[in-house]
Amino acid sequence: MQNNCSIIWNFALEEKGRFMFQKVKVLTAALAASTIFTSAAIAGELVINTDTSDPAPKAAFEALIEGFKAENPDIEVTWNLFDHEGYKTSIRNFLTADAPDLANWYAGNRMLPYVNAGLFEPVDDVWEEHGLKESLGSSLGSMTIDGKIWGVPYTYYQWGVYYRKDLFEQHGIAVPTNWEEFKAAGAKLNEAGITPITIGTKYLWTAGGVFDYLNLRTNGYDFHMALGKGEVAWTDDRVKATMNNWKELLDAGFFIENHAAYSWQEALAPMVQGDAAMYVMGNFAVAPLREAGLTDDQLGFFQFPVINPEVPLAEEAPTDTIHIPANAKNKEDAKKFLAYLARADVQSQINETLGQLPINKGSTVGDDKFLQAGYEMLSNTDGGIAQFFDRDYPAEMAKAGMEGFQEFMVKPERMDAILERLEKVRQRVYK
Amino acid sequence: MTSPTVPNADAPTSRGWWKENQQRLAPWLFLAPGIFMFLVYVIIPIFQSINISFYDWDGLGEATWVGTGNYVELMDDDAFYTSLKNNVIWLVLYMLAIPMGLFVALFLNQTVRGIRIYKSLFFFPFVISQVVVGLVFAWFYDPSYGLLNIALGWFGIDPIAVLADERYVTYGIIAAGLWPQTAYCMILYLTGLNAVDPEQIEAARLDNAKGVKMLWYVILPQLRPATFIAIVVTVIGALRSFDLISIMTDGGPWGSSRVLAFYMYEQAFSEYGFRMGYGAAIAVVLFLIMMVYIVGFLWKMYRDEKGR
Repeated sequence: MQNNCSIIWNFALEEKGRFMFQKVKVLTAALAASTIFTSAAIAGELVINTDTSDPAPKAAFEALIEGFKAENPDIEVTWNLFDHEGYKTSIRNFLTADAPDLANWYAGNRMLPYVNAGLFEPVDDVWEEHGLKESLGSSLGSMTIDGKIWGVPYTYYQWGVYYRKDLFEQHGIAVPTNWEEFKAAGAKLNEAGITPITIGTKYLWTAGGVFDYLNLRTNGYDFHMALGKGEVAWTDDRVKATMNNWKELLDAGFFIENHAAYSWQEALAPMVQGDAAMYVMGNFAVAPLREAGLTDDQLGFFQFPVINPEVPLAEEAPTDTIHIPANAKNKEDAKKFLAYLARADVQSQINETLGQLPINKGSTVGDDKFLQAGYEMLSNTDGGIAQFFDRDYPAEMAKAGMEGFQEFMVKPERMDAILERLEKVRQRVYK
Repeated sequence: MTSPTVPNADAPTSRGWWKENQQRLAPWLFLAPGIFMFLVYVIIPIFQSINISFYDWDGLGEATWVGTGNYVELMDDDAFYTSLKNNVIWLVLYMLAIPMGLFVALFLNQTVRGIRIYKSLFFFPFVISQVVVGLVFAWFYDPSYGLLNIALGWFGIDPIAVLADERYVTYGIIAAGLWPQTAYCMILYLTGLNAVDPEQIEAARLDNAKGVKMLWYVILPQLRPATFIAIVVTVIGALRSFDLISIMTDGGPWGSSRVLAFYMYEQAFSEYGFRMGYGAAIAVVLFLIMMVYIVGFLWKMYRDEKGR
């Protein structure tokens, strides 16, 4: 009996165990965090929780916190580093139980549950006092819920197509700008024995990125957002049009085989080895690709090609943010930190290390060619900027959607059944 | 007749209430910490889970009463039936660990130089973490570089992406789970074999019993306690199959390797979870399934106790 019951309450532990395995190196940080929580924060002590466990974000935050300490020597900063995946589940626990003074998260719908539950503190005063509505104006929309501003954004990055420039040149393929050229490029690559696009859908979200772009290009930003808000049926002909475009790629053998077995990192391998030529990804893919030995001569970036010329080009550029939990103990210093984080020079520096784009319009963009390309592309975007499938769509819809996309990519013939299933989920989620 | 040596039987005041009731109270006092923990961490949470399953709750905000709404939805949820089916497959196939463990134990139950090393090596998979087992098997199944597909290649068979194919994925994970579970059953049988009465074997030999007959009629009946424990731990192992699924496939592809335990975790706690009520409803169903087994287990215990 005891064993069986233990199974039930073990799930809570399993959850913890799961995040431990993936992130061995930050385990100590997570453990440290749990002990730190118990000691009440004294005045002048600032506790920051982040999920910036990958090398570049980690270095960026180290520098950020050092810089803040140098300017505020009287504030003692405690930084708890969580693993990236594990953080997504632990944030819920620490926001309710033992809140830090600052925690990083994401803009848009992704912060909605915490805002609705009253777990984040509105920071309108910080924005007002430091003129952030001016300097961070571009992200004001995605930071506002119910007329209040819920955090400070510090970075964003473009999505698009990263490709093997050398392979394209070798086979005489020009950078595709529209759908026909894109399909032709893929056909040529396939002829040469190269899979056009690599992807790893084991953790689902990568498929969400592909859907986002196909839908944004087929139906446009407004439709994409309406679908996210549950205003359009998933069985709508316009969704089917998006899926049919996707099916064209699937039928033409655009994606690597067995992608459901790989994570996004594992899917980098075929691209590095020259077995695949493109990757629909965020800019964070550049660092591991370079680390794996690809030079800037081999690696390029282009905007996702036009599908429907009547639709204004919208892009995907997720924003990362920092928030003050409602249960924070030292909100005063936390606001100081947010003000520091919003400064142009600080954002320039942190994004230089991150290899991403600063939000502050007074910041300088690193002279990295991918950053420059992304900056130029996003500055000229007039169709709208989407956050990402799982940030624009509510969690439940996103999960069901991405699972459906994964299935669709392997079994395109099940399209109608998948869309009907998603429609069923939509009717439940948005009721 | 004077009897000064007979102790005064009616002097309760001098012995005190405690001494009087010591025999009756002591067991309860010793049990108290256990009962307390069991109540707080097992019994009460069961009722809490059942209670939550009647609500729609995101774990943060207000919970709204939906009655049996979660269960009605469950009945119309394909993912639930997939998980249920996989649970049954797990329960059935995981039982293979018992004969496999018995076989290995019989094989290792001999006195050869260095047999302890062999025993340790066979026991090794049970010692390492399930997480490591999962990773090792995930690499083993890797469609491009995995040993399995290299080996299949020798026979001219095309690579099979075991973990990305809805047809094979559950069996692939179970195979990974059988590796440590077999080791566990093996250890149980090895200790059991130590307790086999040599005189009975002697007697059976005299009666010309050999091989399979000897095993079936003489050895196995004496291993019944070991078999019983092996069944118990294997059923538990099958029902709590969570780590391997989480590591090897994360429930995929498109949720086809989920079991009830994993589905519950996904609905309630995972990144896109936030559905505590629905998760609790799945937990209740899982609990009811386990109840069947628990009742059977208790009944057997009761019968054995009585039979003594």
